[in-house]
Amino acid sequence: MLFDVGAPIADRKAPGGPIETRWDRRRFEARLVNPANRRRLTVIVVGTGLAGASAAATLGEAGYRVRSYCYQDSPRRAHSIAAQGGINAAKNYRNDGDSVHRLFYDTVKGGDFRSRESNVHRLAQVSVEIIDQCVAQGVPFAREYGGLLDNRSFGGAQVSRTFYARGQTGQQLLLGAYQALERQVAAGTVTMHARHEMLDLIVVDGRARGIVVRDLVTGEVTTELADAVVLATGGYGNVFFLSTNAKGCNVTATWRAHRRGALFANPCFTQIHPTCIPQSGPHQSKLTLMSESLRNDGRVWVPLRAGDDRAPGDIPEAERDYYLERMYPAFGNLVPRDIASRAAKNVCDEGRGIGDGVYLDFADAIVRLGRAAVEERYGNLFEMYQRITGEDPYEVPMRIYPAVHYTMGGLWVDYDLQSTIRGLFVIGEANFSDHGANRLGASALMQGLADGYFVLPNTINDYLADGPFPTVDPTNAEVVDALASVTERIERLLALKGDRTVDSFHRELGRIMWDHCGMERTDDGLRKAIGEIRSLREEFWARVRVPGDGVSLNQALERAGRVADFFELAELMCVDALHRTESCGGHFRAESQTPDGEALRDDGHFSYVAAWEWTGDVPVLHREDLEFEYVTPSQRSYK
Amino acid sequence: MESSGPSVGDVVTVSAVRSTVGQKTLMAVSGILLVLFLVAHMIGNLKVFVGAGSFDHYAHWLRAIGAPLLPHSGYLWIQRAVLTAALVAHVWAATALALRARAARPVGYAHRRPVQGSYAARTMRWGGVIILLFAIYHVLDLTTGHLNPVGDRAHPYGNVVADFAPERWYVTLFYTLAVLAVGFHLRHGLFSAVRTLGQRTAAGEQRARLVALLASVGLCAGYLSVPFAVMVGLVG
Amino acid sequence: MNLTLRIWRQNGPDAKGRLVAYRVTDVSPDMSFLEVLDMLNERLTMEGAEPVAFDHDCREGICGACGVVINGVAHGPEKATTTCQLHMRHFRDGDTIDVEPWRARAFPVVKDLVVDRGALDRVIEAGGYVSAPTGSAPDAHALPVPKADADAAFEAATCIGCGACVAACPNGSAMLFTAAKVTHLGRLPQGQPERQSRVLDMVAAHDDAGFGGCTNTGECTAVCPKGIPLETIGQLNRDYLQASRRPARSRS
Repeated sequence: MLFDVGAPIADRKAPGGPIETRWDRRRFEARLVNPANRRRLTVIVVGTGLAGASAAATLGEAGYRVRSYCYQDSPRRAHSIAAQGGINAAKNYRNDGDSVHRLFYDTVKGGDFRSRESNVHRLAQVSVEIIDQCVAQGVPFAREYGGLLDNRSFGGAQVSRTFYARGQTGQQLLLGAYQALERQVAAGTVTMHARHEMLDLIVVDGRARGIVVRDLVTGEVTTELADAVVLATGGYGNVFFLSTNAKGCNVTATWRAHRRGALFANPCFTQIHPTCIPQSGPHQSKLTLMSESLRNDGRVWVPLRAGDDRAPGDIPEAERDYYLERMYPAFGNLVPRDIASRAAKNVCDEGRGIGDGVYLDFADAIVRLGRAAVEERYGNLFEMYQRITGEDPYEVPMRIYPAVHYTMGGLWVDYDLQSTIRGLFVIGEANFSDHGANRLGASALMQGLADGYFVLPNTINDYLADGPFPTVDPTNAEVVDALASVTERIERLLALKGDRTVDSFHRELGRIMWDHCGMERTDDGLRKAIGEIRSLREEFWARVRVPGDGVSLNQALERAGRVADFFELAELMCVDALHRTESCGGHFRAESQTPDGEALRDDGHFSYVAAWEWTGDVPVLHREDLEFEYVTPSQRSYK
Repeated sequence: MESSGPSVGDVVTVSAVRSTVGQKTLMAVSGILLVLFLVAHMIGNLKVFVGAGSFDHYAHWLRAIGAPLLPHSGYLWIQRAVLTAALVAHVWAATALALRARAARPVGYAHRRPVQGSYAARTMRWGGVIILLFAIYHVLDLTTGHLNPVGDRAHPYGNVVADFAPERWYVTLFYTLAVLAVGFHLRHGLFSAVRTLGQRTAAGEQRARLVALLASVGLCAGYLSVPFAVMVGLVG
Repeated sequence: MNLTLRIWRQNGPDAKGRLVAYRVTDVSPDMSFLEVLDMLNERLTMEGAEPVAFDHDCREGICGACGVVINGVAHGPEKATTTCQLHMRHFRDGDTIDVEPWRARAFPVVKDLVVDRGALDRVIEAGGYVSAPTGSAPDAHALPVPKADADAAFEAATCIGCGACVAACPNGSAMLFTAAKVTHLGRLPQGQPERQSRVLDMVAAHDDAGFGGCTNTGECTAVCPKGIPLETIGQLNRDYLQASRRPARSRS
């Protein structure tokens, strides 16, 4: 047996009633904390991306004592900074029929009916306030000549609801949140601890009461105690080694919380982005995303014949296969991310790929629009491509390939964003809540800021209203145990002195995951992967070599701890993918497809959130059934 | 949203002279005063081409400015006081900023930086020292006459002619180097002063750089014309 | 390609550092500069030596974490490029390449090529924000912003805070960084109420951190991966002089 089934769970915080009124009701029913008491309550926020920075700033403004931690050298460097496209909001500034309800509907549908209606509706409601907040902070969104905000349609949406700042929306939003955070640091409500990594969660009497952190510069491991803990530590795409995530992105904070009792939901839901720059060789350390907007004018093709190694210009039109246009005449090159990704994989598996990649050709667009127009639209992307590959996309077609980009799964949270450990809140990509089995473009930034600015600062009050909680003695058994387990693990890693580097293990793990738990998953493949992961993990704990010591900056040691946790997560991802025998969103099971080869959902058996409990032995599955009152599940079709 | 830019006069009230921006403002304002003097001085110098009478008359006239309200040489002493104050401020700010810059990089790069900024920009400090040394010599030579072969304060034209006589080629050489140093100093200094006082557009930067270049070339040409004219016997 | 890297090794902030030469072989022209360091570190680890510590994160030129001085130039020879986006095709087989950390008193070396850039955070903390507490915002369209102002603000706001400007400046000044934020917020109507206190306080924090003063040499903008123009410093100077005309505008 790979897993056990436990009791079902339910979200007990979401109020009933008409969906439009639920967030108001929850805000009213949640208890408040007297401003004088807030000064006596300490909240730890781990991570300083959009969710973490905005939450820490807002909690600081409310008067809580906030301690903020990040592994980077500055809170401004969290990986939210790399988001390119934009942020959705149901402003309907274009009068094109958008509304809160439509954004809600699109998001539930886009998530392939594997998210909660209540959460998603709240997200759509709050989206409107996010834009106001960011503009007030001085975020320089793109504007039109009249001085009003510009919008664009993104990721195949039929309305223009995406706000953007050139191709650097994530950067600008994060800098807004970072500046708000620094303002609170100056005000003394937030203390910032950069270059600190959370390595364990401290749970006392069933409540999250602190964290164990390592000062990455001095190596000192300490316990930090508080009244509540907020994790805003992002996603786990780096389990694949190669992804569009930053090199430092890791699962350790959420995984350690999972091992302390927080359920991990839908770990197999990962998003693979179709337009990334392919690997150039075995040295590749990360993959770079190119904006999806390229598919608006570029045409995707591969040679008709397998093994055709002629230069692209030498392949005549008749011997090219514009496979997306052929298979999906209605949407053509603009099919959703998961479909475009899988199609690329399939043609490469047939041996028709260009190495690991397919062509994205602008030759027709240059003829049709003129080079100047193409340059105007995509100039900066072409430049980026040329910088990385050394090839000129005006002359030679681009090569693209899918890459892991975002993880929809994460720690299970209720409507209040509280995990199954009391006092442990999880926000942003680190939780599982809003995107179901697939995230829509420009929705990650929206969710991160919704959680951090507006949702958590309201819901956490209800929990903190019971505080301040009794002071935790640093000699308390749970605290001592957490500290000891962290230091023991560090010592063990350093003592191994084996004959393989951390990265060699990480690469190998990534390969297993990409091959068997990537774009297409099968029963056989997943079982094989689980076996391989287990033996590789054993090998890791016998043969890894971590140079240096634990009392100074030791980047190999940092990576070793993260990879050790990725091993455990990887296995759970495979178990989750194996148990979910349907295809939905980013999760494609080869056994569950329509005769045309499209993803086939199985609402009868799988309309639930799979929340996994850590037992130390086989994981235990707790199901949270999903109910759809407002959006009726339907099968997607892009033919 | 934009209000009018600050005028040079505002700077006097800057309370933050201790800040780096305040110090460079001081440099900019004092530098501009010194440049204005250089322009006036050069125009005066060119009288040498009109003839000995005109040149000497000009020198005497300088002492008579403001009479009878001001005593003899009164204006000149005011101007000297202002210039000395500007010079002291300029050198003080430069020294303070240079010391600060040195402290800001205690360990230097092992690999020498290749050239990126202009030669003029990188030689401001040593160029400034050369100019200062020259200015001291120049005053002792042609103002007080101590180092001049003639040293007749009543007939400056003769002093100048004697100074740049062909056999005293080394004086001309030193003078030329110093004037070129002034040119380089102003080519970056003038642009930098304008930037420091709030010039903040790309087009304005181009204009400022052009003006700085023209001013530098013009001043160099004006100043060098005198000794070379003496040397080749055009003035004598 | 085969290269010789002469890399600055320094054990800690107070330790003495030196350049150590390493030979790296089989470098692919498609590798990024950081991937060469990765490769070297894999080898050093297996040889029982300490790998070279260097900062990096996103490896796509936006987080600002990476940055080393390559042959005397911050971020290396390519214009508008961060170290992570610098590829080896810009070097020649047999080259000897010097790799040093950002050097500034305000950026003490943590280890090898890693420096502490916390001083930049302190400059922002001093006033690099608009005081707009969550929940207080009017509708985003309540205040139109002329496109020219919005675009200019954006240009300045693209600063990634990598610190290359400080590394390149002959005076060790962070004025380009400071000016970028002053210009970003100063060009927007939302930034007006705090415009004067912002510039005074940020310059004071800049000076307190031990950065040098600006002399408008432009070395900073030559290495800036985002091409922040030198004009932003003119804007800062202008704002500073205006704010200084009437004293006591600073918050502190």
